[in-house]
Amino acid sequence: METTVALAGNPNSGKTCLFNELTGARQHVGNYPGVTVEKKEGKYSRNGHTIHIVDLPGTYSLTAYSVEEVVARDFLVNERPAVVIDVVDASNLERNLYLTVQFLEMGVPLAVALNMGDVAKKRGIEIDREKLSILFGVPVIPTIARSGKGKEEIMDAAVRIAREEKPRTPLIVSYGDDIDGALLEMEESIITNGFLTETYPARWIALKYLEMDEQILSKGQKQNPDVSAKLEDLTRRVSDHLQKTLNTYPEAIIADHRFGYINALVRQGVIKFRDHHDRLYASDKIDKVVTNRFLGPIIMVGVLMGLYHFTFTYSAVPVGWLESFFGWLGDAVSTHIPAGLLQSLVVSGIIDGAGGVLGFVPLIMLMFLGIALLEDSGYLARVAFMLDRVFRVFGLHGSSVMAYIVSGGIAGGCAVPGVMATRTLKSRRERLATLLTAPFMNCGAKLPVFALLIAAFFAENEAVMMLMITLISWLGALLVAKLLRSTVIKGESMPFVMELPPYRLPTFKGLAIHTWERTWQYIKKAGTVILGISIVLWAMMTFPGLPDSQLLEFENQRAAAKAAVSMEISREVESYEGKAVLSREASNLRNQLLGIDSREAEAALRNSTAGRIGTALERVSKWAGFDWRTNIALVGGLAAKEVVVSTLGTAYSLGTVDPEESRALSEILSKTPGWSPLAALSLIIFTIFYAPCFVTVVMIVRESGSWKWGMFSIAFNTLAAFILAAAVYQVGLVIGL
Amino acid sequence: MGKISMRRMKENQSGVITEINIGGALGRRIRDMGLVPGTEVTVLGRAPLYDPVALRVRGFTLTLRNSEADYLEVEVE
Repeated sequence: METTVALAGNPNSGKTCLFNELTGARQHVGNYPGVTVEKKEGKYSRNGHTIHIVDLPGTYSLTAYSVEEVVARDFLVNERPAVVIDVVDASNLERNLYLTVQFLEMGVPLAVALNMGDVAKKRGIEIDREKLSILFGVPVIPTIARSGKGKEEIMDAAVRIAREEKPRTPLIVSYGDDIDGALLEMEESIITNGFLTETYPARWIALKYLEMDEQILSKGQKQNPDVSAKLEDLTRRVSDHLQKTLNTYPEAIIADHRFGYINALVRQGVIKFRDHHDRLYASDKIDKVVTNRFLGPIIMVGVLMGLYHFTFTYSAVPVGWLESFFGWLGDAVSTHIPAGLLQSLVVSGIIDGAGGVLGFVPLIMLMFLGIALLEDSGYLARVAFMLDRVFRVFGLHGSSVMAYIVSGGIAGGCAVPGVMATRTLKSRRERLATLLTAPFMNCGAKLPVFALLIAAFFAENEAVMMLMITLISWLGALLVAKLLRSTVIKGESMPFVMELPPYRLPTFKGLAIHTWERTWQYIKKAGTVILGISIVLWAMMTFPGLPDSQLLEFENQRAAAKAAVSMEISREVESYEGKAVLSREASNLRNQLLGIDSREAEAALRNSTAGRIGTALERVSKWAGFDWRTNIALVGGLAAKEVVVSTLGTAYSLGTVDPEESRALSEILSKTPGWSPLAALSLIIFTIFYAPCFVTVVMIVRESGSWKWGMFSIAFNTLAAFILAAAVYQVGLVIGL
Repeated sequence: MGKISMRRMKENQSGVITEINIGGALGRRIRDMGLVPGTEVTVLGRAPLYDPVALRVRGFTLTLRNSEADYLEVEVE
């Protein structure tokens, strides 16, 4: 049987680094069933043995404080790994040992990887490794995960433990007379009744009852309500007693004694400090500048702007390559498949759809690289620290800012990596509020819509309008977040109690793996779903086709136009390939024919399912000043916001419109009756707030773990957007704008 | 010497935690991070808007909001 080894430890202890060193590229990232906590697995081979390694989520403790802790605990008891390697940060030993002690109390087979001894040494910390190993009764192996030093030794130690298969006696920590007495009494009834003992050691169950651990309590109540009630009674008795005599409760005493136990180790000479504890380290000196009251915010804006520039500047070229590739592929397919439905499906449905997703890949990769850089270096934690005060007002968390910026908070961005960036948020409610509001930011695909409308109606005030649009989207996002947090995602915010990890130079390997695994997840998930959706949208905009009578009418118009000129000229136009210069009559005819084609496309679009929906929606959408053309464009924008401009082009009979070259369209709009600056403003507002594009919705579903929130964001955002747009439009009409 | 709430500690001031007046998830988290009675803490600094606060505890840096620091009582010199 394959040996399973679990890596556990505090966040920032170098656990993931060791995992990367051990498994290299042979790793697989998935999720633990039912939760969004990442589950990383990999293989390690040595001396012909292959070992299955699982990287457990980083935790500080094994209480049921966070999903990560529950996941780690469940894995240990349900999967029973042969060995747990506890990665311990030597420069931060006291806090790290708190988790180690809990592992020992659980009685799991353990090997300690004493990591970052080099940093500890620099900090004047000396650790007596052998003494620690004797006191704990487990091997303690020095490692430097960044460089892979000690990885063979720790794995050898792990394999040795796995082979021994001797029963482990859990570590017994004394918790003072009151608790110890209760523990003994509880243990007795746990053992005699075989209460949960097939999975946990008796003393550990008793401890969890005293800590009032919800998960263990509900498991116990299910297995044997009588024993559980008895244990709960005992817990209440001890609690009352402690409350009366010491004004405290069992859980507090247990934590105090665990740290007391660790302090005793320190006193026995396991850890020696050459310097005083609160000496300033290099990292603190950086923080004096980077989180300074005045310099801090300035540096932060600079760094975030830098990230944004880096991503969008360097992704422009490869994104261009991919665009031309898909353009070329479309052309190539067009020449091989005869014109008709099949060609239209392959080119407009499949290639454009897949291109829409894959075209984002370079952008997303660079964005993830940037985020990984900020995260691994420790800077992201500082951003959260500096901005928490502002974001808390709206029920969000300091870390929310990253998702907003990535989604387009400074204009231009993308909500897809933005929603994925919320992974850095550890608390579920704030994370949900952030990922539901991040799509309000102005992503790169909404910009052409704004550019078009601004050019048509607000040409004199371009910069002011852009600034206003940015402010409106931030204000909207924050207010909606506040609304959500006080209604559907109501509840206490998670504590901010957070570690500011020391600044570290990220390793290349870590960055590469980090970036690639997230990018691959995006390609896999978004690629499959979005392809299906873009085919559906294509069908909606294609079927039903125009009735034969109408097709015949356009055919007759073409014939009539050709009949009006001589044969040579019409032949000249037919053989035209875009290179030669046409005669005056020929180019006249060509323009006439193109005009007929465009009108046919317009008629076909209006007749299609999407067109009918657009026309049907007019009854409602007129309140916000949108006609059927705008409606179709907005429906198309559900696939990707870029589609809004190109669909408007088709609807206004312009043929195909390149979103970057929309001057002709903006001229038409500014002259079309029914359009006005007010209608444009209303459309701008609607575009900011309405349903996110499908790729984003897919990401919301994925990251929130439920379809419910994806559906919610479509319905809620569209409704909110419509109410806002209609309010602006109606008020504008009344005051006579 | 005197007992004050952690919120009122000044920059670079040190003290020893005497009491933690909160249970539940927050109390658990505070303890899991190593803040238990008898622990020495030093205020390293505060965020630009004076909240949260950054502490040095057991050799690492920990941040908490002022509203969370309210539950901690500290004996300062």
